[in-house]
Amino acid sequence: MTTGDSLLQAQALEQTRSAKYAQRKFVNRLALTLSLLAMAFGLCWLFWILLETIWRGIDGLTLDTLSQMTPPPNEVGGLANAIYGSFLMVALATFVATPIGIMAGIYLAEFDTKGWLANTTRFVNDILLSAPSIVIGLFVYAVVVSRFKSFSGWAGVMALALIVIPVVIRTTENMLQLVPAGLREAAYALGAPKWKVILSITLRVARAGVVTGVMLAVARIAGETAPLLFTALSNQFWTSSLNQPMASLPVTIFKFAMSPYENWQKLAWAGVFLITMAVLGLNIIARVLTRVR
Amino acid sequence: MSTTLSAIQMPANGPAPFSGSVMTSPPPLKVARSGPMADRIFAVLAKGAALFTLAMLIAILASLTISAWPAIDKFGLGFLTSTKWDPVKEEFGGLVMIYGTLVTSFIALMIAVPVSFGIAIFLTELSPSWLKRPLGTAIELLAAVPSIVYGMWGLLVFSPVLATYVQQPLQHAFGGVPVIGALFAGPPVGIGILSAGIILAIMIIPFIAAVMRDVFEVTPTLLKESAYGLGATTWEVVSKVVLPYTKAGVVGGIMLGLGRAIGETMAVTFVIGNFNQLDSLSVFQAANSITSALANEFAEAGEGLHQGALMYLGLVLFFITFVVLSLSKLLLSQLKKNEGART
Repeated sequence: MTTGDSLLQAQALEQTRSAKYAQRKFVNRLALTLSLLAMAFGLCWLFWILLETIWRGIDGLTLDTLSQMTPPPNEVGGLANAIYGSFLMVALATFVATPIGIMAGIYLAEFDTKGWLANTTRFVNDILLSAPSIVIGLFVYAVVVSRFKSFSGWAGVMALALIVIPVVIRTTENMLQLVPAGLREAAYALGAPKWKVILSITLRVARAGVVTGVMLAVARIAGETAPLLFTALSNQFWTSSLNQPMASLPVTIFKFAMSPYENWQKLAWAGVFLITMAVLGLNIIARVLTRVR
Repeated sequence: MSTTLSAIQMPANGPAPFSGSVMTSPPPLKVARSGPMADRIFAVLAKGAALFTLAMLIAILASLTISAWPAIDKFGLGFLTSTKWDPVKEEFGGLVMIYGTLVTSFIALMIAVPVSFGIAIFLTELSPSWLKRPLGTAIELLAAVPSIVYGMWGLLVFSPVLATYVQQPLQHAFGGVPVIGALFAGPPVGIGILSAGIILAIMIIPFIAAVMRDVFEVTPTLLKESAYGLGATTWEVVSKVVLPYTKAGVVGGIMLGLGRAIGETMAVTFVIGNFNQLDSLSVFQAANSITSALANEFAEAGEGLHQGALMYLGLVLFFITFVVLSLSKLLLSQLKKNEGART
């Protein structure tokens, strides 16, 4: 073999190598560009939805929206009773569900971390966390509404509470697990009983995280429509009685948005604006709370 | 002055003899008892709350089955393959809704999986670290937007855009082609299976992307750096090191998104058109899904067979999501176990 041949061979090898390298670089650049585009794609929906909601929502938002009852088609009105109903049901549901969720979270993190009951509960809880909310509505309908033969605010409260519980259990457990074991041991060494250690040491340390979990749960149920459709139903008038059907913001939006009447659609946009702002606000506050910790 | 002095001196003198007596005498009865008793009550309460969660799942299954019993009894499993839905003649079959649910979820996955993958790569490998947090938060906020907002936006804003700029051009392009043409037949009004699938995709992208990002971050830095050290490009590291390592977690995340898509109600109800048909394969056709049928018909359904059939649909829905979510959970926990074994 002559020197010229081997030089030629080396050159050919070099060429294929650099071609291969160029190709790899090209594939890499292509993939990364696509990834960038995917990110932009995801963000563009967020901004599109937010801008549209703000723009149309502010357009439909007036003082009447907050002070008047839901109107019949083509008349002036507001969303006062729906806002009040939503607020009442969400508050009561959170009030009922939070202690149960926190206690179950405590059980998983402090009492039984590896037993069969804990593992089963964790599994079931994760399923319930993502279970379709409309099924919860069906369940409450079957248990409460069909028994008492009437749609009621209480049924709505119950449906929402059942959605809150898994969220609170999950965050409480995670947050309690972050508490250093040394703190607990120090408290035990001082002779504190277990309930006191949990309530005044671990739970107190994890407070911000637990509050965050509750806020995220509130944000979740504030926008829930499906479980209210056949539990609380809706109501055209102001009612404080939880034994009657009760209006809520999401169900009212659903009814109004699907209608052909222009004033109803305007009100629906105003309602969507209020709900989106409330939910996103809660989410952002919850995030800031955990970041400070 | 003298009073403060004595006040300081008092405890200084006091405890010296006193503490000895406390040490030797048994503690007061009340204090000793309150500990264990309160502990026991507290433990029972905590356990009760945990059992409550289990009871909830069983109660949901039991009450749905009991309420659906008239329909289960009458139609049996044939309910799942029949397309008849006639409340007047009391003939019910759920195939149309089940088909709608599955097809819309499938379309949603086709769009959401690649996009989420891209987002996860961007957040873990590409993004400068100061941008990671705000961008991650923005994507998570997309998950926080209530589904009714997606629904209303989809119906009033998105579907007209889809009809004009996507559906009509597609129909022009493929109108005469035999098989593909059938997929795009029907009125291009922006309401139907395709728009429901797209809205669902937007809704589940944040869930899948968040799981993918989390599992990608689990990959040991050592593995990645070894690959980079051998001269691998970023894409090669992701596709040949990170992805194989986190395979189970990625599939788990996709399943989680699928579970969400199948159970989503309001957004689908707004844009799917709520029309019981299974005559054409077109993705432009209005259709119905399990959730939208429930949302639209349940409150007005008469007691008896109609309600029973809807409950039956709910039971099927719960069953499907239960299976999908269990799979997702198993796959994700498998990744965690591997991780524990290797480190």
